[in-house]
Amino acid sequence: MVVSTKRALEGAHASAHAMRQINPDVVAAYPITPQTAIVQTYSQYVADGEVDTEFIAVESEHAAMSACIGAAAAGGRVMTATAANGLALMWEELYIAASMRMPIVMSCVNRALSAPLNIHCDHSDSMGARDAGWIHIFSETGQEAYDNTIQAVRIAEHPDLLLPVMVMQDGFITGHAVELVEVADDASVQRFIGSYSPAHSLLDIDHPTTFGAWDLYDYYFEHKRQQTDALSKAMKVILEVGQEFGREFGRPYGAFEPYAMDDAEIAVIVLSSTAGTCRTVIRELRQKGLKVGLLKLRVFRPFPAAELAEALKGVKAVAVLDRSISFGSMQGSGPVFLELCAALYAAGSKTKAINYIYGLGGRDVLPVDVERVIHELKQVADSGEVTSLVSYLGLRE
Amino acid sequence: MTGCQPKGPEQERGAGIERTGSTTAIRRYLRPRAIPTPFCAGCGHGILMGAILRAVDGLGLDFSQMLFVSGIGCAGWIPSPHFDTDTLHVTHGRPVAFATGAKLFNPALKVVVIGGDGDIASIGGNHLIHAARRNINLTVICANNQIYGMTGGQVTPTTPLGARTLTTPYGNAEPAFDLARLVVAAGASYVARYSVWHIRPLIRSIQKALQNPGFSFVEALSTCPTQYGRRNDNPSPLGMLQAFKESCITLERSRTMSQEELAGKTLIGEFVGG
Repeated sequence: MVVSTKRALEGAHASAHAMRQINPDVVAAYPITPQTAIVQTYSQYVADGEVDTEFIAVESEHAAMSACIGAAAAGGRVMTATAANGLALMWEELYIAASMRMPIVMSCVNRALSAPLNIHCDHSDSMGARDAGWIHIFSETGQEAYDNTIQAVRIAEHPDLLLPVMVMQDGFITGHAVELVEVADDASVQRFIGSYSPAHSLLDIDHPTTFGAWDLYDYYFEHKRQQTDALSKAMKVILEVGQEFGREFGRPYGAFEPYAMDDAEIAVIVLSSTAGTCRTVIRELRQKGLKVGLLKLRVFRPFPAAELAEALKGVKAVAVLDRSISFGSMQGSGPVFLELCAALYAAGSKTKAINYIYGLGGRDVLPVDVERVIHELKQVADSGEVTSLVSYLGLRE
Repeated sequence: MTGCQPKGPEQERGAGIERTGSTTAIRRYLRPRAIPTPFCAGCGHGILMGAILRAVDGLGLDFSQMLFVSGIGCAGWIPSPHFDTDTLHVTHGRPVAFATGAKLFNPALKVVVIGGDGDIASIGGNHLIHAARRNINLTVICANNQIYGMTGGQVTPTTPLGARTLTTPYGNAEPAFDLARLVVAAGASYVARYSVWHIRPLIRSIQKALQNPGFSFVEALSTCPTQYGRRNDNPSPLGMLQAFKESCITLERSRTMSQEELAGKTLIGEFVGG
């Protein structure tokens, strides 16, 4: 029986609260705005004896992820949190964590990458790590950050996967904003995540194990094939865990969340907090008779390509809102757009797709911006012509 | 920096008595539009900023031939964007590495790194010891306030044993680096430590560092009443300065003191190259 209470929490504190209930064996972290609120809150839990975690304030994010990998290899349940350049500094270790199949769970409070120096939200940090082999789950609200953090443990530790999971929330917009968050009782969270006992770990003296050793053209390729197979299996697990979470806690989760999609002729795809702005605008335009819908993408890695193509069947035109640029890509578009284009092409879809880059470095995206997107999208749907593949929202030009 | 409120470039340069190293004289090195600084009330970094500019003015250095490199953290803001010359504001921990590159390409530049203890000695500690080992001609000024100030007061590798921070609410369990001695051991040719209370020797040591033709390191103990002092029973700026006055012992005087007398004291002076 789940006993839930509603609490006013910042998004970062919602993540820290989930971590407290998960009670991991090891947390190694380094402060970086806007993530700091997570680990400093967690360090207070540690100091107050509310958790059993070994917490270490290491000397860099590179050291943080390295220590997490070491602890996970030793068999521990391990968590950390970072943002922006902290994630970038973890770069080589992100690949090591995924390739060694370490089920680490990390909060990433999305923030723009330097240079120039900026501490506000965009998705260039985690998008830069999109090919590192991690599962990427995005959260619109503090509630989702809390729920996704708990689910991430189950997903990461699933025996078919053993993959690290990154749980995103928008820096400041979600991370520092106080919202009502429904938190479950500790026992229910513990019951949901269960205990973790790895099949292979270091310090198991009867079964000595080697991680990360020399692996050339004889077996490296096969190991990479196993890794990509594991990610292919991840969507099934993510969906199962999302449904089970729904049964236990009343909030089910899928790979994406459709809104007003049933008879939609045009649709918007977006990640994280901007989904709220889009939903509000779409609700108003629906009342005016415009057949527009929203697909809020939750899981970016593995990318739900076939599922999205299916959800967009019958939709004449789709606009993807990207909060980062894949520099040098097709017309400098964003990573979600590129993935969606590939998905539509592979499915033989005739849906027209356009891309909007928005919100870089924390630039506000307003309802009027979303209205512009939908207005232009309607023109694409009506004419069947794409006049501008990639546009920018709220930019001085 | 409340004494540095600009009245406009014309008045600024003409006003007051332009004695070398005076407050009036050092205004010429600042970008009027960048003032006031973002430092909290009572932050020692403004005193250090003044000390660095007084040292430059006293030596009569050509400011246009100087490059100031800084990383992320409160102290990174001392030169950037305030100094009216070339400044390179880089990633957390890396200013010494960036400065090494700039110095290699243009050895005629006087390259100065200004950063905090988190930037220089924690995340960037590896670069610090390797630059010192090479004895490359850089001046590194580390504003050591013993805390990550900008992110809200977390423990650093220079936080004293037992000190309270946001991430060590009941006291730090790890010992701190002695930065000056660390850099001496790594091979630097000029190393000094003073606090922002010891303003005259601090300015003199920065001048010596700027003149030393090898790797120079000045550890400037700085005050952070906002994040450090108020968590450690010393919330006032003046109280923190007085604590430096009382806890710092010159190397010379320390030689006459017993280990018991030196417990809890911080040694200041020139460790190498004085």
